[in-house]
Parts: sequence; structure tokens; C-alpha cells
Amino acid sequence: MKQYDVIIIGAGVCGAAIAREMARKQRRIAVLEAASDVCEGTSKANSGIVHAGHDALPGTLKAKLNVLGNKKMEALAEELDFPFKRNGSLVLCFHEEDRVRLEELLERGRKNGVEGLKILSPKQVWEMEPGISKNVVAALYAPTGGIVCPFGLNIALAENAAENGVDFYLNHRVTKIENRSDEEDKDNSCRRMYSVLTGEELFQAPIVINAAGVYADVLHNMVSKRKMEITPRRGEYCLMDKASGNLVKATVFQLPSQYGKGILVTPSVHGNLLVGPTAEDIPDKENTETTAVGLKKVMDTGALSVEGLDSRQIITSFAGLRAHITQYDSGVANASGDFVIEEVSDAPGFFDVAGIESPGLSCVPAISEYVAELVNAAYPAPDKTDFKEKRKGLPNVASASNEERQALIAENPAFANVICRCEMVTEGEIVAAIHRPLGATTLDGVKRRTRAGMGRCQSGFCSPKVLEILARERGVDQSEITKSGAASAILTGHTKDDAHVTFSKNGKEDTHE
Amino acid sequence: MKELTCITCPVGCTLKAQLQQDGTVMISGNRCPRGAEYGRKEITNPTRVVTSTVRVAGHKDMVVSVKTASDIPKGKVMECMKELAAVEVTPPIHVGDVVLENIADTGVSIVATRSISE
Amino acid sequence: MNRREEDVVIIGGGPAGLAAALSAREAGCERILILERDKELGGILNQCIHNGFGLHTFQEELTGPEYADRYIQKVQEKKLPYLLRTMVTEVQVLDDGRKRITAMNRDDGLLEITADAVILAMGCRERPRGALNIPGSRPAGIYSAGTAQYYVNIEGRMPGKNVVILGSGDIGLIMARRMVLEGARVQCVAELKPASGGLKRNIVQCLEDFDIPLYLCTTVAAVHGKERVEGVTLTKVDEGGKAIPGSEWFVPCDTLLISCGLIPENELTAGMGASIDPRTNGPVVNDRLECSVPGVFACGNVLHVHELVDHVSAEAEKAGQFATEYVKKWKVEGM
Repeated sequence: MKQYDVIIIGAGVCGAAIAREMARKQRRIAVLEAASDVCEGTSKANSGIVHAGHDALPGTLKAKLNVLGNKKMEALAEELDFPFKRNGSLVLCFHEEDRVRLEELLERGRKNGVEGLKILSPKQVWEMEPGISKNVVAALYAPTGGIVCPFGLNIALAENAAENGVDFYLNHRVTKIENRSDEEDKDNSCRRMYSVLTGEELFQAPIVINAAGVYADVLHNMVSKRKMEITPRRGEYCLMDKASGNLVKATVFQLPSQYGKGILVTPSVHGNLLVGPTAEDIPDKENTETTAVGLKKVMDTGALSVEGLDSRQIITSFAGLRAHITQYDSGVANASGDFVIEEVSDAPGFFDVAGIESPGLSCVPAISEYVAELVNAAYPAPDKTDFKEKRKGLPNVASASNEERQALIAENPAFANVICRCEMVTEGEIVAAIHRPLGATTLDGVKRRTRAGMGRCQSGFCSPKVLEILARERGVDQSEITKSGAASAILTGHTKDDAHVTFSKNGKEDTHE
Repeated sequence: MKELTCITCPVGCTLKAQLQQDGTVMISGNRCPRGAEYGRKEITNPTRVVTSTVRVAGHKDMVVSVKTASDIPKGKVMECMKELAAVEVTPPIHVGDVVLENIADTGVSIVATRSISE
Repeated sequence: MNRREEDVVIIGGGPAGLAAALSAREAGCERILILERDKELGGILNQCIHNGFGLHTFQEELTGPEYADRYIQKVQEKKLPYLLRTMVTEVQVLDDGRKRITAMNRDDGLLEITADAVILAMGCRERPRGALNIPGSRPAGIYSAGTAQYYVNIEGRMPGKNVVILGSGDIGLIMARRMVLEGARVQCVAELKPASGGLKRNIVQCLEDFDIPLYLCTTVAAVHGKERVEGVTLTKVDEGGKAIPGSEWFVPCDTLLISCGLIPENELTAGMGASIDPRTNGPVVNDRLECSVPGVFACGNVLHVHELVDHVSAEAEKAGQFATEYVKKWKVEGM
């Protein structure tokens, strides 16, 4: 049994941010993560947008935390060294009759405290963004809108939390939570206590924070009578080659609908162009499959906003799940559609961070502080004096100047050995990514930390080399290296392995020609 | 009459093979003499060149490419592969080195098609 | 910073680069340097262990590594200098018309090479799954055929045991046979078009010999499986390549190999401002294989995807000559 002061469930961007924030106090903290790496659920497959904050209804947590999170993101990016850019955003209006809705959005944004909002004429829009559709009649411009690398943010937060003493348990899926608060300890010292089981392993803590993304309802329902239901809302995306990365500079939305902010077109912090997402409620919490219909819709709808979108420039497509709360508390739907961030009323010490759908990523720096304040107010703990606020990211050869490259190579010649030719990622960076706190153990882990395999050839050339480096650095055979943990091994054996058994024409039983 | 695609070279001529009364095979449609030879063989005794790899001693992630020095009966291809599975070579290896003689009792040798120094 | 000067720098040590270097030397070019990103010369030929190469060039049938070896031997005989594991990061055109090539490797660190002429011979890459926009999940077990070829032929590793191949280009056909020979089961090869893009001989000796079905007008409608591929849904398509509803069927497999075309690798070419032909994805060249940037020549698959390596060699020889002529002229006129 492992005893902690706080158990956080989920190493997505919320769990990681909360872990880091909670680590400012003198507490023993564990993060339990079902997947083989941090950033494996909703956090890895989203728009990577730092919204300005004009969409959420005034007074909601979403509105408050979005505007605050947006403001804090810049400083956090500085502190933790992850890619963030304030590129501004536009909400396009294509019909005169919709102009009133654009104005509503402006008004809402002002109420939420979004700075610098203004409505632009088509001419102003095209001056700013020549690639925008000629059908635009007006647009809401938000200079504070931004983009972030969702992996970079999540990994930076988790690494910094780990550096500040937080224990991460990967491959630890929570199977059972028991409220043991009534069973007093022998010395009566602690009246709240939760047992958290991950398969065979038992963890205990008086405080549990539920940041389990689309599974937050399952965990919530283990301790509370006020039942919650999260229905994943799947969003499909197309990622385009960097050759398309300059079609627009700002993040371009269309006027929102009941299903969210619609399909956006945005540059990514790394210079690609991202188009999506669709919005489809699906029952399966694991279903991140893309569909032909969805991908077509993404490109067709994206093309309404931005001219020159070319399907031939797609380098990959993916789908993510937003944690959308469909029911909460005796069948009453979560009418406002707001985040649920609170201590569960019938489970003291158990905090939900649930329903963190869009603009969740934008809110992260504010969510973590909000949660920490909630917890600290109810269950105070002394400050830590040696909290390390800063974290240095991996060296990045691709974006380094020749002088910086020379310095890196002087330190380690592996920084001159290019492994991923599309994104110019070197052996030095990959080795560093493996040996960091919470280092990469999988192909996807290396990819999210270094971008090896993220480019236009989509790992065709570099994956065998990355596999070799992972095996070498981890001291295991290549056959043990997976794409993303569990049964996702890349290789199935050696050639001629099956020679003695099934060696016959096309793997069938011997046909004796 | 049987129609065949010549596999001798990338042109891929469509061959027509006709069994003559004297038991020989008449080939038409070939653009070179090698096509006629291929066609006759393919009807009477089809053969293939096998290209594969063999293990290299001391390397678990390296194999060396090999081939049959000439074509072998098509029916022997899988037997050839079975025998190759047991072969391991020790570097240095040079292009053309005989790795194994008389593969699958065909009288044909297996030769290396690339060099490995260490 | 390591600095050096050359007459001709050849980017890429595959069949194109090697033939260009040899012919440049033949034409009288003195200072030649080949820059190869891999750990050995020969390029993709090293993993193309099947035969069928060299009928034009050498009047005999060779395997890929043997074909490469012939050129490598000559390069070594003539003592043509080359650098391995060396990645070119940038080619700039200097004010005097010469080129500055920035490259790096473990031994030399950052290299800055000034050259009178450059021959582009970087080859091509495969279209990945994403470029085809195949829907479904994204598990392990989806590889481009060339990646699988590397695992099988260079490392002796199997990327899967039960395989569906999408695309009947030659690499796809060749890999179908390779996988079967090494003990895997190949369920089928699916081809979007009404005819295979591969050579007829490869259909015969790679598919028909092994009873591997080739489904024309067929594509992958979806990939299934969370961690590892568990199967694919195939669908028939109409003449326009659009899926025909109701024609889908499921094929269980643990691996999907994709062989759906090659794209010339012209990032460096575009980076130096050379015009790219949208049809070939290669640089626009004149009848001397010279790009829109004077003194920069292109040959092999970086120019356009060739069917036969023999044609690559022939074209590269010309590029080597033209580049040498350019250098000679430049030395006279430029000084």
C-alpha cells in the first residue's frame, strides 16, 4: 500500500497542471495514469487553441477560467519553456442576418473581460488575412487569441511536477475507489481516507482529485450518489503540411453552433495548418476513429473559411474526445454545460475536475490554481520553500541558429546526427527526451517530445531509427518498444522465425506444389 | 495454347505458348530470345531466382541479402527458404561470396548480394 | 565551423548521386564531394534486395545491393570523396552565383561547403497513410511498404504476420512476396485504380506465384484496432475513386502496408527558391537538367519518380556532365 497526501487521477493536461500547482505545498502527491505516458487522452488530440474567451456564457467557470487562463498562459510558457504564440483569432460571419450573433459574441466577450475585441469589415479582414474567404461579411477579431503545443504544455507541466517531487504512476488504471472515511485510524489522526486501487496496487490518500477526462464520471460515480454521465464528443481533424502553414496567421473560427465553436482553421505553433474539429456524441470512451464523412466535413467546412485549402496537403488526420457532461445529479442535465470543478458534496476530500471540454486547454493555468485554492482552503498545508518554478525544455536543433547548433554539437556530437529528416530532429534530442524526468518510452512519446515522425513522411524514414535508439537507451530489445504502450508493439518478431512451423506458400498450411 | 507474362525483364511481354506435336513448346509474342527461353521453361519446368536474407553472427538487428546464383525450380522455393532460415554468416562478407552450396538439392549456390565489413 | 570548397557537391549517395559523381569525374571535374545522410552509400537500393536491376546498364540482372555495389566500388576506386551520416540543412545561393551548402554530421559538426555547382540527388519518399486520409483508428501496425522493407531486409525484423497491402505499385508487390517468403500471411493487395501500377512481371512472380489476390478498384475504407491493427474494411470504388456504399467487407489482419506512390523530396530545392513542377513534384529543369537556380542540377527520383534505376543512372550521368561543363565555364567566365 502506498500512502499519499493527495492522489490525482489522470496525467492529462489538467492532472499534470494540478499536480504541479499542488506541489507548491508540502504534500506527498501521486498521479495515477492509465496510459503508458502523460498526454495520452483528450490532451493529445485537440485544437491546441488558447481561446480569447468570448464564447462562454458570462458568470460560468468556463468564462472566468478561460479569460484568466489565457492571460496566464504567456507567463507559464516562459516559465516552463513550451511553445505558445499569441496569433489572434477571428470569428467569421458569412451572412448579414447573422451579424447580430457576432455582436452578441462581442458583447459576451466584453462581459467576460476579453480585451481588445473588435468587429472588422471584410476589407479589414482581408488586409489582415488575405487568405480568408471572399464571402465574409464581418468578423470578430480577438487579439488575445493564441495557440499552444498541447503536448508541450502537458509534458512541461508533468516534468516540472515530477521535478518538484510528484510521483507519477504510468500504466496504472484506477479500477476501484473506496471512501474509507468512516474507518478511523488507530490514532484518530485522519478522518478522511480514500483507497484507490489500480489493479493489484493500493494507494491511499485523504484527498483525491479526479482529472480523468472522459472517465471522470466513472470515478465520480464510485464515491458519490449524485450520478454523473460524460458522453465523449468526438472531434476529427486534418493536419496539413507546413507548405500550407501560411494560409492564415490567425486562428479562424466560424460563428458557433449548439455543438461548439465549429470547424476552425489555424496555424499550429510548429507551422502546420490544423483544420477541425467535427462534433459527434458517441458512447464509446475509447473510440478515436476518424470517419470518411467526418474528414470530408472537416475539409469542406474549412474551405468555407479559408481559400486554397488543398486536401493533397494533408499529412495526417486524427480524432479526439471532449469530455462532455450529459447528466449530473439525479438525472438533471448539466444545463449550463459548465465545467464541474468542486469538492463532491457527499464525498469530502474528493474533488472533481470534470467536463473539461473546450475551452479547457485555454483554462489550464487557471484551473490548476482554482483547484489548488479549493483544496488549500478546505485542507491547508504549509508552503514548500524549495519549489522549482522553472523548467527548461529539450534543445531544439531545427529552430536553433547555426551558432546554437554548434554549441549543442560541441556538447554532444549526437546533436549533429539527424534522425527525423522532415522535422530535423537529431539523435541528441531523442536521447535527451528518453532520459528526462518522465522520459519517453514509446515511439509516440518520442514523437510528442521531439516531433520526430510528425513531419510530412509521418515517420516512414525515422521510425526504425527511433526504435533502435529507444531500445538502445532503455537497454531492451527492439521487439519490446511500442507505439503507445500495452499491445502496440511495432515489430512482431524476426524474419524466418516461423520457418519451422508455418513456412509455406502464403502462410497457409503446406500445399505441396 | 497458354498465355504467359514474361518475367525476365521489366518489359513484361505477353507470351503465347503452344505445345507442338513433337512435344516441344512454341513461344510467340516475345521481344527477345530470353523471352522464348522463359516461356518454354515456364511451361515445362518453371523456375525462379530467390532473393532473401540470412542472419549475421553477432548482430540481432542486421541481416545480409542473398540470392540463388541462378534460378531454381519454382516448387523448391519454400524449401529454399526453410534452409536459409538455419544459415548464419560471419563477416566479412563480400558481394558474390558463396554462403551455402546446393540449396534444397538443386545444385545451385546461395551467394551474398552485399558486403559487410565488420 | 568546418569550411571547405568544392567544384561540385552532390547531395545524396544513392544511385543518382553515385552515377552523377562518377560521370562528373569522368568529365574532368576535380573537386567532388558526395553528401549522404545514411550510414552507407547506395541509398534505397540497399533495401531493394530483389532482382531486376541493371538490365540496361550492365546487361545482366542484378539485385539492388549488387547494382549499388558496382557504383560504390567505382567511387572507391576513383577515390571520390564522400561523407556519410551527413544531413544537408540548407543550400543558399551566394551573390557571386556559387552555392553555400550547410550540413552536419557527428565527426565534422557543422559544415559549410562552398561549391560552384550542386547536383540534387535526394531521391523520393513514400506517401504516408495520412496523405491518403484513410479513416479509422491509429494503432501500431500501419507502415509504408518501404519502412516494412527496411525492417525485413536490413534488420531482419518482421513488422507483422498477417498483412493487407494497399497499393499495387512495385514496392507493394515486392513486399507481398517478401512477407510471404519470410513466414507471414498476405491476405490481399488492394488497388484503388482499375489496373495495377506495378510491372506485370511483379504481378506474376510476387502475387500469382503465391496465390495472393489482387483486388482492383478497391481501397481501405477504415482501419480497425485500438493498440495493434485488428483488421481493415475494404470497399469497392467507382471510376472516380469514390467508395461504393454497400460494397464493404472486413479483412482481419495485424498489419497494413501502404504502397501508394512516391513523392520527390524537394524541401532543399524549394528552400533555395527553385521552381517546382506541380505535376512531378520535382524541380523545373531545362534540357541540361539545370533548375531555375543556375548551377543547380537535378537527377533521379528527386527530379521525377523513375520506373527503373537504370534510367536514373543514365540521367544522373548526364547531370554529372552538365554540372562539370557548368563549372568549367564558370571558372573561365566567372574569374
